[in-house]
Amino acid sequence: MAERQKIDARGAFCPGPLMELIAALKLSSIGEEIDIWSSDKGSASDIPAWCAKVGHQVVETSEHEGYWSVVVRKAK
Amino acid sequence: MSKTILIVGGGLAGTIVANGLCRQMGTELRTGALTITMLGTSETHMYQPGLLYVPFGRMREAELFRDQRKVLDKRVNFFVDPAKHIDVEKKQVSTEAGRTFKYDYLVLATGSRIMPQSIPGMKEGGHWFYDLDGARKLRAALDDFKGGKIVLNVNAPHKCPVAPLEVAFMLHDFLKARGLWDKTELTYTYPIGRLHALEPVAHWAKPEFEKLGIQSETFFNTETVDPEKKTITSMEGSELPYDLLITIPPHQGAQVIEDSGLGKGGWVPTNTKTLYREDSTDVFVVGDTTNIPISKAGSTAHFEADVTIDNLVSLCQEGRFAREYDGKVFCFVETGLGSGTYVWFNYTTPPNPGPPSQMIHWFKLAYNRLYWLSARGLL
Repeated sequence: MAERQKIDARGAFCPGPLMELIAALKLSSIGEEIDIWSSDKGSASDIPAWCAKVGHQVVETSEHEGYWSVVVRKAK
Repeated sequence: MSKTILIVGGGLAGTIVANGLCRQMGTELRTGALTITMLGTSETHMYQPGLLYVPFGRMREAELFRDQRKVLDKRVNFFVDPAKHIDVEKKQVSTEAGRTFKYDYLVLATGSRIMPQSIPGMKEGGHWFYDLDGARKLRAALDDFKGGKIVLNVNAPHKCPVAPLEVAFMLHDFLKARGLWDKTELTYTYPIGRLHALEPVAHWAKPEFEKLGIQSETFFNTETVDPEKKTITSMEGSELPYDLLITIPPHQGAQVIEDSGLGKGGWVPTNTKTLYREDSTDVFVVGDTTNIPISKAGSTAHFEADVTIDNLVSLCQEGRFAREYDGKVFCFVETGLGSGTYVWFNYTTPPNPGPPSQMIHWFKLAYNRLYWLSARGLL
């Protein structure tokens, strides 16, 4: 079972959820999962779009009360 | 019983905390009820934001440095002896020189560092201005530049998040003044889908770039640099040729943090409001060292240090916690060599940059000198 790291980027104006995710992926090993929380609805589409571009896997995207959770698995 | 506050790191955050504590706990220091010790890595204190001006000849190297012992209050026991291992269970820090320091309260202010070596070819093929050696080499490269393709490449994570935009505008003004702008193609790359992490800043910068003729490529996360072919490639599959590559390398925290098992990449998991290290009530984390998802910037370090001073004083004198950090960040933004603006925000207030003006640029120039009052805890 891959390790899952949580990043709570709710309300983060700078550097923001996607930049936090990119930074965290650089420190992760292939197969590790990161669950990024964002209060910005755009993250629910931006993060999967970026992952598709670079080849990381989106495990799940879910909406919660006031925030979105996107779980990404490092694939390369 | 005497208490010891140990500060690891002699950058801006650690220095403000040390000086602020001295100013507020004179009685305790005089009577021996409190000892403040700092472990630094250098005899000198550098004004890091000044590095931005060095490649353009707008700041001399000597202006960046002061003797750390003169910046620090004399009552601080200062050792240039880098921490080697931090043991939060035993409440002690061992150093490279073999000393061991015990503490009642620990302040982790170990900062961040650039890691060009983490991307193949970047160290050999790139220039940067985030350390003195890099700023010197970039100054020399700009002196030799006669026109061509410049790629200004931004990588995540990095501190001082407006500096990449600032250097783009300053490059424009610098090259235009030298009559080289018409012979230059400047391309700015950014890791996410806009020109800056702060959405209002990105919206403001886009038409400014278009007006000046600065090209941009977003969703560009560097994979490799080829110094022979002079190309840079991204994880997203793009390749750009360059004659001069100016990069903002990815950053990491201090090695001692990782070696001590306190945080992946040298970033310490930190409570966003109390600034306690997670699972600790005797370890505070300030400045770039935290893993808090906000800008790594001098102002962040400053505001976090102010909160930490109040909390440490309150804990030592009254045994209670004083106040929480609200996420405040303030950044000047140089929009050329003669104009500037600023942006501030916190956890609940979004940023809203105003129109650039010469006055704000002058205030930034004044702050380049006033910084030393901040470090001393006077501003």
